[in-house]
Amino acid sequence: MKIAVVIRQVPDLIEPLEVDSTGKALDLSSAAFVLNESDDHALEQALLLKEKHGGSVTVLGIDFGDVDSSLYAAAAKGADQIIKLLWGDPNRTPPPQQAAPMYAEVLRPLGPDLVLVGVQAHDELDGVLPAELAVCLGWPYVGVVRGVQAANGKSLLVCKEFPGAVMAQFEVRLPAVLGILGAEQPPRYVPVSRIRAAMKTASIAEQQVAVPPEAVRVEVARLYPPAPTERAEMLTGSPEEVASRIAALLEEKGLLR
Amino acid sequence: MLQKTSSGLDFLEQLAATGEGDSPLGCMQCGLCSASCPLGHAMEYPPRRLLLRAAAGQLDRLLKSPTLWMCVGCYLCSFRCPRGIELTDGLWPALRDRAMQAGIQPPTELQETFQNLLKYGNVLGKSPRQRLQWADGLDVPVLDLSKQPQPVEVLWIVGDYPSYYPRNQPVARAFARILTALGVRWGVLGTKECALGECDRMFGEEGLFEMLVEKNRQLLQGLQFKMIVVLDPHEFRAIEHYYPRYGMRYPVEHYVTFLANRLPELTARMVRSVEATVTYHDNCCVGRRYQCFDPPRALLGAIPGLKLVEMERNREDSLCCGGGGGGMWLDAHIVAHGGYRLSDERIKMAARTGAQILAVSCPFELSRFEDAAKVTGLEGKVQVRDIVELLAEAMDLVEKESV
Ligand code: SF4
Ligand code: SF4
Repeated sequence: MKIAVVIRQVPDLIEPLEVDSTGKALDLSSAAFVLNESDDHALEQALLLKEKHGGSVTVLGIDFGDVDSSLYAAAAKGADQIIKLLWGDPNRTPPPQQAAPMYAEVLRPLGPDLVLVGVQAHDELDGVLPAELAVCLGWPYVGVVRGVQAANGKSLLVCKEFPGAVMAQFEVRLPAVLGILGAEQPPRYVPVSRIRAAMKTASIAEQQVAVPPEAVRVEVARLYPPAPTERAEMLTGSPEEVASRIAALLEEKGLLR
Repeated sequence: MLQKTSSGLDFLEQLAATGEGDSPLGCMQCGLCSASCPLGHAMEYPPRRLLLRAAAGQLDRLLKSPTLWMCVGCYLCSFRCPRGIELTDGLWPALRDRAMQAGIQPPTELQETFQNLLKYGNVLGKSPRQRLQWADGLDVPVLDLSKQPQPVEVLWIVGDYPSYYPRNQPVARAFARILTALGVRWGVLGTKECALGECDRMFGEEGLFEMLVEKNRQLLQGLQFKMIVVLDPHEFRAIEHYYPRYGMRYPVEHYVTFLANRLPELTARMVRSVEATVTYHDNCCVGRRYQCFDPPRALLGAIPGLKLVEMERNREDSLCCGGGGGGMWLDAHIVAHGGYRLSDERIKMAARTGAQILAVSCPFELSRFEDAAKVTGLEGKVQVRDIVELLAEAMDLVEKESV
């Protein structure tokens, strides 16, 4: 199976995030960037499928943040090909509606059977990118996926999670796009020496992509940190008093059965 | 003697070539190492058996065993081996390296620590920009050499726990006050400081260690200092033993010897007494590894009013707190396979001496032993204090402001 994985760089939440002077966007100059967590799961799922069924894994990322390190780490873990998309502005990432056609442009000639993307990113919790990408490619799409099995050469069995931990199994015709929530096992650790070796042996293929017009469908009016509405209640007293207060609270909130 | 197959011999010869201790080919299978190991009883392959199997070319089995992640780097096996074989710094990291190269996953709690070091340059996964948080509200000036390079006597590498961990931050502040009171010209690396990386080397993550060495090479280049001082015994080991292999040779002292060498100046400033019975826990790294047993006792003994008593296992025979060599991040794995936490046993030993205070000199031990006190019902009976805190108290350098 030919699998492609899309990875994104997102602001690292260990640094305090700040709103820039326009009041409508994050101040990217003060942020640090890391690999989006569910994209890491998408990569893990791709590697697991390759290990089980053979094939190849190609990883794509837009030129931004620390994408080189993430691509080399992917190569060290077992990706066969790593591609960086150049779109002319390495200082920001395009919004998902604009990014999807760029990924699609690179994906079409590669002809993968399956494209895996993290279902959401923490700067894009509503999960627009994977669905937009499926639309661009004209392929079926399932999101919030927690497990993938190859049924036969033509389709896949995928598990999608619904609220309340309800799982449903779908059969999806290939080629398809899946939005991955979690891989079947946690993303693997790869020793730094292997990443360093990959930096010497693997090479990042750079590919210029056409920049589609920025279709602004939703405009940010104002970006601001949430104002605290309720303060935390501090429990005081002897351990016994605190414990019975906690038990009472749990019962009140319906968390005890 | 070891029966060697060719593939086993290959591994042991590679190990011998690392130059850690005497050749493992000389192992006479006496078993002193396994019997000494505080977790040996619970290991599927305690050190003697590891060597036996490795020699027999059965590495695959070893690499998959939970044993592989159970050594807490206490140096007791290496210290007692009659053949001078360096199991702690040699055999264990070599096996773990093999395992990880073969794609075997270390326990997840440890992976997280590695990722933190890789991404943020500290084991706690904290923002590098908040490295100087420990100094908030400090009443003595902190010279940040990364911003104002100038010659100093002491480059103090504060360390991850003292920089970030709330229980250790007061220790860092106390040490800053003591250095200043002694008239030492000292500086720190500020927000540029990066872990020196010892636990990862002990865990066979040599590539990560080398990356941290490179970062530190760039940080230290061009700075003028007479010596480096560290609070963490493991960091002392890193600079003293491993950095020279990368061409980085620096005079370095752990704070215990640094202060013990200035005992008269310290004593002259001790204006308060600390009326308490205190017992001292010898850490493995500067203790057993470097035989530094008298300096910490000299420091404690100099404090007016303080009565020092010894625990049943002290000095060379000290029982490890279980946090060394990465054990700090393997409690769940070790309890699951070993059945107990060494720090719990150790704090019971401290309590048996009748001491009110367990004094320590390693940043890991404050939280390890305080947790152990809670688990064993000794909270409120045995207090855990760093030697730095006790000295600061005697010198009347305790926190004035409420932090
Ligand atoms: S103590 Fe030394 S000689 Fe004895 S079994 Fe262990 S490694 Fe071999
Ligand atoms: S260093 Fe300590 S924990 Fe590790 S094997 Fe040796 S005795 Fe056991």
